[in-house]
Amino acid sequence: MKTVNLTIDGRPVSVPQGTSILEAARQAGIAIPTLCHENDLSIAGACRMCIVEVEGNKKNLPAACAQPAMEGMVVHTNSPKVREARKVILELMVANHPLDCLTCEANGKCKLQQYCYEYGVKESSFTGEKRRFTVDDGNPFIERDLEKCILCGKCVRVCHEVQGVGAIDYTGRGFDTKVTTFMDKGLAESPCVSCGQCIYMCPVGALTAKPSKGKGRDYEVEKVVTTCGYCGVGCQLALNVKDDRIVGVTNLPDSHNQGYLCVKGRFGYDFVDSPDRLISPLIKENGEFREASWEEALDLVAQKLGEVKAQYGPDAIAGLSSARVTNEENYLFQKFFRAVVGTNNVDHCARL
Amino acid sequence: MAGLATAFGSGAMTNSIEEIEKANVILAVGTNTTEAHPVIATRVHKAKTRNGAKLIVIDPRKTEMAARADIWLRPYPGTNVAVFNGLLHVIIAEGLTDDEFIARRTENFAAVKEAVAPYTPEEVERISGVPAADLVAAARLYGQAERGSILYTMGVTQHTTGTEGVLAVANLALATGNLGKEGTGVNPLRGQNNVQGACDMGALPNFFTGYQKVTDSAVREKFARAWGVPELPGKEGLKIGEIIEGAGAGKVRALYIMGENPMLSDPDITHVEACLKNLDFLVVQDIFLTETAQLADVVLPAVSFAEKEGTFTNTERRISRVRRAVRPRGRAKPDWEIISALAARMGYEMNYEGPEDIMAEIAALTPSYAGITYPRLEKGGLQWPCPDKEHPGTKYLHKGKFARGLGLFNPVVYKPSAELPDEEYPFYLTTGRILYHYHTGTMSRRVEGLNAIAPCGLLEINPSDACQLDIKDGDVVRVVSRRGSIMPQVEITDRVAPGVVFLNFHYKEVAANTLTNAVYDPISGIPEYKVSAVRVERR
Ligand code: SF4
Ligand code: SF4
Repeated sequence: MKTVNLTIDGRPVSVPQGTSILEAARQAGIAIPTLCHENDLSIAGACRMCIVEVEGNKKNLPAACAQPAMEGMVVHTNSPKVREARKVILELMVANHPLDCLTCEANGKCKLQQYCYEYGVKESSFTGEKRRFTVDDGNPFIERDLEKCILCGKCVRVCHEVQGVGAIDYTGRGFDTKVTTFMDKGLAESPCVSCGQCIYMCPVGALTAKPSKGKGRDYEVEKVVTTCGYCGVGCQLALNVKDDRIVGVTNLPDSHNQGYLCVKGRFGYDFVDSPDRLISPLIKENGEFREASWEEALDLVAQKLGEVKAQYGPDAIAGLSSARVTNEENYLFQKFFRAVVGTNNVDHCARL
Repeated sequence: MAGLATAFGSGAMTNSIEEIEKANVILAVGTNTTEAHPVIATRVHKAKTRNGAKLIVIDPRKTEMAARADIWLRPYPGTNVAVFNGLLHVIIAEGLTDDEFIARRTENFAAVKEAVAPYTPEEVERISGVPAADLVAAARLYGQAERGSILYTMGVTQHTTGTEGVLAVANLALATGNLGKEGTGVNPLRGQNNVQGACDMGALPNFFTGYQKVTDSAVREKFARAWGVPELPGKEGLKIGEIIEGAGAGKVRALYIMGENPMLSDPDITHVEACLKNLDFLVVQDIFLTETAQLADVVLPAVSFAEKEGTFTNTERRISRVRRAVRPRGRAKPDWEIISALAARMGYEMNYEGPEDIMAEIAALTPSYAGITYPRLEKGGLQWPCPDKEHPGTKYLHKGKFARGLGLFNPVVYKPSAELPDEEYPFYLTTGRILYHYHTGTMSRRVEGLNAIAPCGLLEINPSDACQLDIKDGDVVRVVSRRGSIMPQVEITDRVAPGVVFLNFHYKEVAANTLTNAVYDPISGIPEYKVSAVRVERR
């Protein structure tokens, strides 16, 4: 493949032909701000945050995500001209934004907030009518507050291009443009499968995980990277923990599942604190369970297994291990049956 | 699993999830991927829309996958083997085989060629209802693919002829050379989170870890030495179905169940209950008082995945870390601690500091896990085989050479399912999963939002059948099989063909396995969940 050589912020960079300026800059360790760009989605060129200055191009500031790197190009990603233009873009967005960061779920991880901070955008010099939309909260897991939407379109693209569902799309033009469901009936009435991919993509607080609301800011929670406990895809995710409670899930873009999850992995953690959890050993007496200590329960199990083994031999004992517990636990279970009980009567429901 | 091990020497998914995006043709058989393996379905979707891959789906139900397919073959339930043989028949007849691959890397092709000779498209249409022209089109598409990837799940295996189904699928890949390279393969998508790991770890009656045979005395000696016991049993143990039957017959007297719920997951649960009640002693270790735990003499409280350390192995053989996020609830303990404590009481010390220690022992005894250590898993996990501490893990199997040496063609013949519809029970019942719940629902049914979206188990029935029986959407009907009856609500939908009804098995209130037939594939021991005969009665 042909490579092209260019200069970005004074650094020489060589990339394969067809690489965008954005990608070339990243390879050179230069971060260009973006709102609508995502590696695994098509290029939208919608937000224009990634504009750069290319020497010799007097006409305009091209969007780095859509502009291919060319031989001999000299690019400035952070020139005064670029910074000024980005500031205007942010001011336009902010003009039409509720700015209720105090209660916003995205506070602390919002990219709009972050860039406004970096570019010193306090409030907008453009004043005008703000959009008014009602919040769509019919879906048990996903809340859509379109007044906060910056129309980056990442949710629309991920829903179409990755999830293959297409529950949401743009309607209207100009000021009235919005992301909506079919006939604007809300997510609950749409083909949405509650995967939460759109929440994962949303750079602001327009799409939020309902069960996590008010339970902890992004910077307050501890993120514990682990493996989903549901299906065999084994997606990687981070459990967000605050005060010893799971309050949400963070998608992990660098995982084998590329950060994508399904409704179970994304939202299905409540069972951990279900009131139905078994919290004590139980022993059945006269057909009723009573709570017991570990000592008593384990003594009883050991005694009973010992009796059956003595009377009928080890093959009268069997064990069903589990496709839900860890490798280490499955290993110990079969070791227990083979080395301690002395039988190969151990299986699990792989077959079912 | 047994089928693939016979054909290739390893029962696991041959290729990786990410490679699905690199296939030109994806042949998805009996897998409702969008619901059962949702994130894998995103790969299929991307392969299609970004790389122009073609999708062939073989499924009696019009699943989301079927709706997205370029070619959808809809066989009668239980006739897969005829369809697979028919595909190979056409591939051979049209000269689409990879003769170089067959000659160099496989054996026994002649026998299979002969076996599939009778499966002309017309004959397959007669058996399966799949139009001959569609079969030919599908065979051409897969046969001509540069990189063809086969995905399958329980729709292939949960039949009395499941092993034959797997072998027939393997024949297709062998004949077209779609093995041992990127973006190809025969890929069984494993259902539960750690079903691959449970198999790898030897939670099987015939294997120690890493599929080392219990009947092999050298292997037994190795484990006996490591475990510090004089000897280990050399006779294969009972399979799950035999354990349940053994309990009913008084052969198995005591049963220790860890994290399983056969009272919902096993076929013919009325019978399962009778068997479990016949035990002298039942101990169940779980996070909830499941239907099975309620029958126990002693219940031991375990912790969920969020309260412990360890590893899971996913469907693509990837070993990933599980990390403790919150403290154990109440007095519940991790399963490994409970097992160790019990072993100590029975006179055997298991002195592990924790799961990392246990993994070190697994690695020392298991060639395919030999290179696994916790620090090495920090960067996104490793795929077995990983034979040493420097090995990067294995993306796809059978490169250059099959695990068993040569790939083995296995001739198979189509046999009808054990129970077919008749006058008294005129419907095919087939069972499966839905997106919003998981397995026996012990976890997902306790998530409020999931219940809000999918509150009850629905019987899917075709509009024409519903009309004939005079039932409306949402009606409660009685579904009766030779084993029992349940009363689900109906959903009228053309996802099922006329004459077929579908139930998922997540709901205890309408437990599908009250109806299913406890007949098993004689080799794999997998029950025939995908075909039983029922009657639907209006109330
Ligand atoms: S949750 Fe998933 S399906 Fe629903 S709108 Fe978002 S991306 Fe689309
Ligand atoms: S997030 Fe969904 S697809 Fe991924 S492992 Fe969990 S259940 Fe499976």
